[in-house]
Amino acid sequence: MVKNIVDWIDARIPMTATYNRHVGQYATPKNFNFWYFFGSLALLVLVNQLLTGIWLTMNYVPTAEGAFASVEYIMRDVEYGWLLRYMHSTGASAFFVVIYLHMFRGLIYGSYQKPRELLWLFGMLIFLVLMAEAFMGYLLPWGQMSYWGAQVIISLFGAIPIIGDDLTLWIRGDYVVSGATLNRFFALHVIALPLVLVVLVFLHLIALHEVGSNNPDGVEIKQNKDENGWPVDGIPFHPYYTVKDIMGVAGFLIVFCYVLFFMPEGGGYFLEKPNFEAANPMKTPEHIAPVWYFTPFYAILRAIPDKLLGVVGMGLAIGVLFVLPWLDRCRVKSIRYRGLIHKINIAQFTVSFLVLGYLGAVPATPELTVAARIFTFTYFAFFVALWVYSKNEKTKPVPTRVTH
Amino acid sequence: MSNAPVDTGRRRFLTAATAVVGGAGAAAVAVPFIKSWNPSAKAKAAGAPVEVNINKVEPGQLIRVEWRGKPVWVVRRTETVLNELEKLDGQLRDPASQEEQQPDYAKNPARSIKPEFFIAVGICTHLGCSPTYLPDSFGEQVEGVTAGFFCPCHGSKFDMAGRVFQGVPAPLNLVIPPHQYLDDNTVLIGVDKGEA
Amino acid sequence: MKKLLIALVTLLPSLAIAAGGGNVNLESANIDLKDNASLERGLGLFQQYCAGCHSTQYQRYGRVAEDLGISVEDMRSKYMPADTKIGALMESAIPDANAAKWFGAMPPDLTLVARVRGEDWVYSYLKGFYADSSRPFGVNNTVFPLVGMPHVLQDLQGLAVQQDDGSLVATGGLMNEQEYDQAVRDITGFLVYSADPVKLEREALGFWVLGFLFIFFVIAYFLKKEYWKDVH
Repeated sequence: MVKNIVDWIDARIPMTATYNRHVGQYATPKNFNFWYFFGSLALLVLVNQLLTGIWLTMNYVPTAEGAFASVEYIMRDVEYGWLLRYMHSTGASAFFVVIYLHMFRGLIYGSYQKPRELLWLFGMLIFLVLMAEAFMGYLLPWGQMSYWGAQVIISLFGAIPIIGDDLTLWIRGDYVVSGATLNRFFALHVIALPLVLVVLVFLHLIALHEVGSNNPDGVEIKQNKDENGWPVDGIPFHPYYTVKDIMGVAGFLIVFCYVLFFMPEGGGYFLEKPNFEAANPMKTPEHIAPVWYFTPFYAILRAIPDKLLGVVGMGLAIGVLFVLPWLDRCRVKSIRYRGLIHKINIAQFTVSFLVLGYLGAVPATPELTVAARIFTFTYFAFFVALWVYSKNEKTKPVPTRVTH
Repeated sequence: MSNAPVDTGRRRFLTAATAVVGGAGAAAVAVPFIKSWNPSAKAKAAGAPVEVNINKVEPGQLIRVEWRGKPVWVVRRTETVLNELEKLDGQLRDPASQEEQQPDYAKNPARSIKPEFFIAVGICTHLGCSPTYLPDSFGEQVEGVTAGFFCPCHGSKFDMAGRVFQGVPAPLNLVIPPHQYLDDNTVLIGVDKGEA
Repeated sequence: MKKLLIALVTLLPSLAIAAGGGNVNLESANIDLKDNASLERGLGLFQQYCAGCHSTQYQRYGRVAEDLGISVEDMRSKYMPADTKIGALMESAIPDANAAKWFGAMPPDLTLVARVRGEDWVYSYLKGFYADSSRPFGVNNTVFPLVGMPHVLQDLQGLAVQQDDGSLVATGGLMNEQEYDQAVRDITGFLVYSADPVKLEREALGFWVLGFLFIFFVIAYFLKKEYWKDVH
C-alpha cells in the first residue's frame, strides 16, 4: 500500500531520489565534532522563530498607540501568550548565538575556502538579512529601547553624503521614528525578510549539498572513494547524523529552555530593562545600547571619531567577512594543519570580537574608547595579516584521510 | 563502516523510545499554540455575564442587551400573549422544547424562569439574522396570532416563547441563554444559578 | 577552542555588572512572591495610596484576585472602585489631562515599574522621601533626585529628615520603622508580581520541561551511541 503511493508519487516528482540524494545516501564526513551541531540548530531556531512569530502576529497591533499594550496583552491576557513571546525573544538571541558559533566553525576549519566560496556568501547574506530582521523586530514592542535604538540606527544612514537626510526621512516615513516606521518595519519583519531568509537558507543548503561538507581536518572526502564510488571517509547523513543532531537538539533545548523559563530577560541582554517602558519620543533612556548581538559592530562605530567614517567602518567590519574566501590565500583549510601565525591571528580576532562586543554594551568612557580603537584595529588587522601571511604560510602536512 | 554484528533489538528499542518521547514533546509544544486561540482574558471580560434591570420594562415591550456580542432580548409578555402560547402547539416544530436549545430551568411551556419575562438570544437558528419583534402585526404572518418574531432574511417565524413554526427554514427554537434572577428587578444574563 | 569558551565564560560576570547600571546604594527588598498575604496587603496599600494617580493598566482585577487567592467578593468590596467590572483593566481614577496639569506630567503607569527599575529600586524609592523645602511638594528622594510627586505615604511613615551622615530619620507617622518597612515591602511585592505575574507558573513549568528534556537527551545519547558503533 505504502509502496504503491510512493511509486505513484515517484512517477510524478522525484521524491525518493531527492530523499536519497540529500538525506539517505548523502555522504557526510564521519569526523564532525561539537562545532558541527550549529547548522542544524540554526534551522531549528529558524522554525521556532517562524512559528512563534506567526502566532504573535495574531494578537500584536502594529500601531504606535497599540503596540506596547498589545505586547502586554499577549503576555497577560492571551493563554500561553507569555510562552510564545518568550520563545520568540529568547529565540532571537539564540539565533545569533548559534549563527556566530556556526560562522566561527567556518572560520577555524576554512569552510569558506574553494570550492565553498558561494556557500559562504549565501551564509553571509543570511547573516546580513538576519541582522535586518532582528533590528526591525526589536522596534515592534515599541518600548524605550525599541524606539531609541531604531532612532540611532536609522540616523546612521544620515551619515551618507548628499542623500543622507532624505534617506533617513524616507526610511522613517516621518520626521521622527513614528507609527509609519513601525508599520513598515512590521511588514518587512513578518513578510518580506522571512521570505528572503527562507530562500537564502534553501540556496545555502543547495550550495552545501553540491560541494559536500567540509570537516575538522579540511580533507575533501570526495577525493578518496571506494570501488562503488562511495567516499571512504563518508557516512550517510541518515541515520548517523540525524541521530547525532537529535542529541544536539536535546542538549541545545536544555540550555534554551533554562533561559526561556528561568531568565527570559537574559540578564537584561535579551530583553533590555528600558524596553519595559513604553516608547516616549520626549525622553531618551540614560544609557542606550543595542541588543548584544550588534554590540561588536556598534563598538566599532563608536570607536571612530567621525560620523561618516564610523558608519563606513561598521559596514566594512561586516563587508570584509564577505571577501574572506579571497583574503585567505592558503590552500590548507583546517586550523589543525595551519601555521602558528594563523592560530595566533584567529585567537586575537576572537578576543577582539568578544571585547568589542563587551565595549559596545557598556557606556563609553575615554579609557574604554581607547580600548575600542585598539580592538577595532586588531579586528581589521586580522584580515590584512591573513592576506599577507597566507600566501606563503608554513603549514603542516594534511592527511589524505580524516582523523578521528 | 564496520561489519560488526548489529544489535537490532536494542537499536529498534532506542529508535522507538526516541520517537515516542520526541513525539510526546512535539505534542506538548503544540499545546500553547493551540490554547492561545482560546478567548483571551479581554474577550472573556467583554463576554462576562450582564446584569439587566427589568423593572422599567413595560408589558409588551422588548429591550435588547448585548451579551458576548450577541443581542439578547428581554420581553415582558402580557397575559394575552401567554394565553395565546398554549394554543399554538399544533403549528410548531418543537412545541415541548425537546431540543437542547434552553437550560433545564427554561424547559417549560413559556420557556422562561418567570412566565412574564421572556429572555432569549435574538439570533435566528437558520442563518444568524436577528428576527424582528412584531408585537401587534404578527397576524399577517400567522393567522390568528397577535405577537411573534419574524426573520426578515428568510422568513422564519417564532412565537412569543421563541418556538419555531412549521414550514419555515429555521430548524430549531430560539436559544435561551443561561440566566438567573438576582432579585425581583435584576436578572443576570450569561450564567446559571450557583455558578456566578 | 576550549580556551575560547573559558574566555567567554570569564567575560560574562563583567557583562552582568555592566547591565545592572545604577550608582545609588539600594536596599534589598527581600520580597517573597509566594507570600500572598503580603502581596494582598501591598495591593490594598497601592489601591489606597497610589492608584488614585498611577494606573496598573495592563492587568485586570480578576486576574490579580485569582493569582493572589483573593475571593471575587473581597476583591470587589475592598480593592476595586464601585461600578468597575471584575474583568476590567486596573486604570487610574484621574483623567489624563488633569494629571498633566497638576503634576506637569502624566503619572506613569506602574504595571511594569519593577521590571524597568528593579525591585530594590522600588523598595528604596518608597523609603527614600525626605523633607526638602526647596521642592514644590516639600519632599525630595534619595534614589530619585528632584522627584515630581508628593510623599503619599507620609501619614504612615511620617516626614523623614536627612541627617548629616545621609541617613533618614522619620518621625510622626502612624507606623514605626519596622511596620513601615514591611508596608513598603508589601507594596514592592505587589509591583514585582504585577510586572511579571506569570513568574511562578513559568518556573514551575520550567522544571517539568527541563526534566523532560533531560530524559530525552539521555535516550537520544544512547540512540546516537548505538548507531555510531557502525562508524570506525
